[in-house]
Amino acid sequence: MDAVTIFIQAMNGIQYGLLLFLVASGLTLIFGIMGVINIAHGSFYMIGAYLAWSFMGWIGNFWLGLFVGVVVAFVLGLVLEFLFIRFLYDKDHLQQVLVTYGLILIFSELRSVIWGDDVHSVAIPALLDGSIQLTENLAYPVYRIWLSSVCIVIAILMFLGIQHTRLGMMIRAGESDREMTKALGINIGLVYRFIFALGVSLAAFSGMISAPISSVFPGMGGQVLIVSFVVVVIGGLGSIKGAMVAALLVGLIDTFGKVTTLHIFGVNIFPEMAGMSIFALMALILMFRPQGIFGREH
Amino acid sequence: MILRKVLPALILLGLVCLPLWGDRFYIQFASKILVMIIFVSSLNLLVGFTGLVSLGHAAFFGFSGYVLAILSPLDSPMNFFVAFLASILSVGVLGAIFGALVLRTKGIFFIMSTLALGEMLFYFLHDTNLAGGSDGMYINVRPNLSLFDWWHLDLANVIHFYYLTLILLFLVLIVIRRIIASPFGRVLTGIRVNEHRTKAIGYNTYKFKLVCFVIASMIAAVGGFLAAVQYGVVNPEMVGWHVSGHALMMVILGGKGTVLGPVLGTTTLMLVEEGFQMLTKHWQLLTGVVIVLVALFLPKGLVGLKIFKKAP
Repeated sequence: MDAVTIFIQAMNGIQYGLLLFLVASGLTLIFGIMGVINIAHGSFYMIGAYLAWSFMGWIGNFWLGLFVGVVVAFVLGLVLEFLFIRFLYDKDHLQQVLVTYGLILIFSELRSVIWGDDVHSVAIPALLDGSIQLTENLAYPVYRIWLSSVCIVIAILMFLGIQHTRLGMMIRAGESDREMTKALGINIGLVYRFIFALGVSLAAFSGMISAPISSVFPGMGGQVLIVSFVVVVIGGLGSIKGAMVAALLVGLIDTFGKVTTLHIFGVNIFPEMAGMSIFALMALILMFRPQGIFGREH
Repeated sequence: MILRKVLPALILLGLVCLPLWGDRFYIQFASKILVMIIFVSSLNLLVGFTGLVSLGHAAFFGFSGYVLAILSPLDSPMNFFVAFLASILSVGVLGAIFGALVLRTKGIFFIMSTLALGEMLFYFLHDTNLAGGSDGMYINVRPNLSLFDWWHLDLANVIHFYYLTLILLFLVLIVIRRIIASPFGRVLTGIRVNEHRTKAIGYNTYKFKLVCFVIASMIAAVGGFLAAVQYGVVNPEMVGWHVSGHALMMVILGGKGTVLGPVLGTTTLMLVEEGFQMLTKHWQLLTGVVIVLVALFLPKGLVGLKIFKKAP
């Protein structure tokens, strides 16, 4: 591989990592603050992609479709929290896993009823439909650069929001002591509902913006869920910083694994086993630092 | 209560006699349920008795079937006992490796890492060509189960297979009962109730959990082996996390931490799902609703219902 190809692959890896961060941060936020393990998180990513596909088809405008999609996802998050999730705060992990597993089945069948089981594609908006010429025959698409920048902006906003706003203060207070925060007159139930809806919107938004570069297909939720879990386990649960570092690591390893060719003793390691490389990394982390890179002892 | 004593005997009699009047389809369906009960019971050993919520248990179920498929020659039968032992022992080794890794974590981390390791096996089987890739592998000729030529079971025959499964299920349930009642089982209960305290008494809880994890994986292997024999085919979906999720659901529906729970839960869910499948193409939607409702309103499972409570 020459330098330009490596550069392009590194950009792709970073872009994939940033997208993973958006999904995983919602997962880690919901767990870190509310103590709920939400395995239906991948479904919201899938729903987001399908919403993008239909809204952009109906409205015909990428940006408006994006906006409407996020609003719908946020409302869906509020409703789900009200109907199911709020009953799970004082329950054990097993019940949380089961309720959210039931939600996965429900969403996956609803998707089949509403949108069918076909694979779709979403067009890249005209404004971003170009590429930057790097060498004579290698170019990098503008859309991917835009996608990475959006993820970075959201990450910064999230960090600032949690550290420096009144709402962020309430969230952190609720995280360390739910009862005490309640006693201070803060409606912690409402804060939780907002956090959950925010997590759902983040996952759905990731699904929407990734729709133009990867196709929209039924199994996309499960795939992203598993990788997000790997990210969270590597980074440390409840740590936004850990999610960022781990997501980038996973994104780069996965991307380079798929373009590298490596044979050891006649066995094809890459690219055949690239899908396993991130799990191998997770196994390594579990061996030497079971709480994750940035995780606290648990 | 006379019902409590007579009912189990009646059910047992019914199970033994089922092939006498049952249609071929129903016998096969009954075998499917029995196989699943073996798998769900092994998961219950982890979830119900030791308090380890695993979302990757299907890895052992499916891997066992794969071992049989790889060992089976294309056009001649494999020796049943050799294949059976090979499957269970290799799954035991896999269980020891996976267990040693995931048991370093606790609670929610344990759930996530078991899920991730299970999916690693899925991608390994799915993406590489070592074992048939995404299509899986066929077991063209069922293993040969005979003792010195004077006793022979034809595993392609649904009735023979049914009885083999029934016998193995009873053995598994007895083994699990013995484990739970043993001093080893008491330590597992201690770990579930309060791991710190169990550690403080002087037990190396990691070792106990690891042994339990390996035993559970080997019992799951019994189920997976039988499933592979019954269908004559294995594919990556067998190790997928939906299988684990469903089994977890059956543990809860029946009642975790009881020997009877998985039997009740598996039978009920499989019958209900069969009914749903007759109703609509989108039966998973109904299953999802049932799972959510049970998890929210019936966390103790069917065993917790009044009719199953012991009379005071």
